[in-house]
Amino acid sequence: MSIRTAQEQPKLTAGDLDLSAIRKEFPILSSMIKGQSLVYLDNAATTQKPTVVLDAVQEYYTQQNSNIHRGVHTLSERATASYEASRETVRRFLNARSTEEIVFVRGTTEAINLVASTYGRSTVREGDEILITELEHHSNIVPWQMLCGETRATLKVVPITDEGAVNLEQFEGLLSSRTKIVAISHVSNALGTVNPIKAMVAMAHERGIPVLVDGAQAVAHVEVDVLDLDCDFYTFSGHKMYGPTGVGVLYGKASLLAGMSPYQGGGDMIKSVTFEKTTYNDLPFKFEAGTPNIAGAIGLGAALKYFEALDHKALMRHEADLLTYATEQVSAVPGVRVIGTASEKVAVLSFVIDGIHPHDIGTILDEHAVAIRTGHHCAQPVMVRYGIPATARASLAIYNTREDIDRLVAGLGRVVEVFG
Amino acid sequence: MSDLRSLYQEIILDHNRNPRNFRAIENADRTVEGYNPLCGDHYTIYVKFENGRIADISFQGSGCAISKASASIMSATLKGKTTEEAEALFELFHHLVKGEIDAASRLEELGKLAAFAGVSEFPARVKCASLAWHTMHGALQSNVKTVSTE
Repeated sequence: MSIRTAQEQPKLTAGDLDLSAIRKEFPILSSMIKGQSLVYLDNAATTQKPTVVLDAVQEYYTQQNSNIHRGVHTLSERATASYEASRETVRRFLNARSTEEIVFVRGTTEAINLVASTYGRSTVREGDEILITELEHHSNIVPWQMLCGETRATLKVVPITDEGAVNLEQFEGLLSSRTKIVAISHVSNALGTVNPIKAMVAMAHERGIPVLVDGAQAVAHVEVDVLDLDCDFYTFSGHKMYGPTGVGVLYGKASLLAGMSPYQGGGDMIKSVTFEKTTYNDLPFKFEAGTPNIAGAIGLGAALKYFEALDHKALMRHEADLLTYATEQVSAVPGVRVIGTASEKVAVLSFVIDGIHPHDIGTILDEHAVAIRTGHHCAQPVMVRYGIPATARASLAIYNTREDIDRLVAGLGRVVEVFG
Repeated sequence: MSDLRSLYQEIILDHNRNPRNFRAIENADRTVEGYNPLCGDHYTIYVKFENGRIADISFQGSGCAISKASASIMSATLKGKTTEEAEALFELFHHLVKGEIDAASRLEELGKLAAFAGVSEFPARVKCASLAWHTMHGALQSNVKTVSTE
């Protein structure tokens, strides 16, 4: 453990960052829980929302509320402009070529289901293979499993190492002439492992296999450039990125999206409808049937703009420092074992304590107003891999401080006291 | 901190550390698995009947302190009881952890089960406390093999 002096441990600044100013942007962080100030360390489940996001949603409902893409009246034009401006913000954020490639969906889960049921159904046949990894979230397992069930294809799984990393050689070895889709998470929600996506995409592309990347846990913590990664699909959820719930994004290369059938039929995804024939709308509207989550998309745009305006390098350094500090401090608690120790890792500290069930840890921490997640984190195969039923998971965001970690560690001290 | 003390009573911590009847019963009349998918708590309950009574009851498996202590105290409580008495205690326990009865006025009936009165203040933990009881209830029905709290 490195030795730090008190002067080097400022509570509310990190490098040039003014964490107090950032924290003030998030009203919920000043909540009191059971008489103590909230320590929120469940960011991998969902992040808190800054005032600019809350205001954007409020402003839409108070000044623009109307349906988009159809009205000729002023409000509809305003709403449409705001909604489409958010799409452009998402495009810029992901560095996609065109807004045609940005589809608004409910979240990562819907994005993956969309690709599995459109692209998947039209390309996967009996005897084919779909390749995922052992550290996927259920939302990047089950849609593919369902597709395999329908098509009699086989789901192949790249194992992870004891540290929780994907072995590239094993990954390459599992790519075959039968592999039709590779679906991998950018960052593991249960372990924090960052996958070498660019290398994995290159290996798959050498064999002509398209790659879907589940970016739900990545977008708030690592830089994402879909052109650089060259992935074919990239998915993320607004609510893990300081935006509202119920909205997310599917990025797809236009060449692929153009050839895919619609996911749902209905209004807005059509150009013309007769009882004999329907002509589908252009990209990306073909995939946005029905009135979308307009307020959500606008809120997401506000979240991305907020995030873009911050000093990224400093924030990522801050999160990395905090993860190192948390790992050192939590590891020093008697009986703690950290689960997931990959060298490339962000924002997630999963751990177990000998003889103490994670649920009991979570309940006691909650009495100290420290919010963490306990359970299998919708990644049961990861738990099976480590032979544990569940973990306690502290997960970080830009507004967390060393004081938050100190409160976590104090709470863990109490856990050990109760069960010791 | 009074809340926490009401949840993690000394008797609960004791049964978590040293669970009673934590073993399998060979030739059990009923063996039923109980599973809480949310937190991974997983127990097998074994019951041996004799003349309409629970001659022996035991459990194995793993889970949080609340679920394990509950299984342990349940097994100690139900040994020797008739199936009707067991069902009545199941009902009573259910009302207790949901906060639907006043534990203080029914201490005699509740016995050691009263230790779980504090669970009602922790809604997320009600399922933990009830898992073994639901599984036992399943064991008293002839056609149940697994019980899930979801």
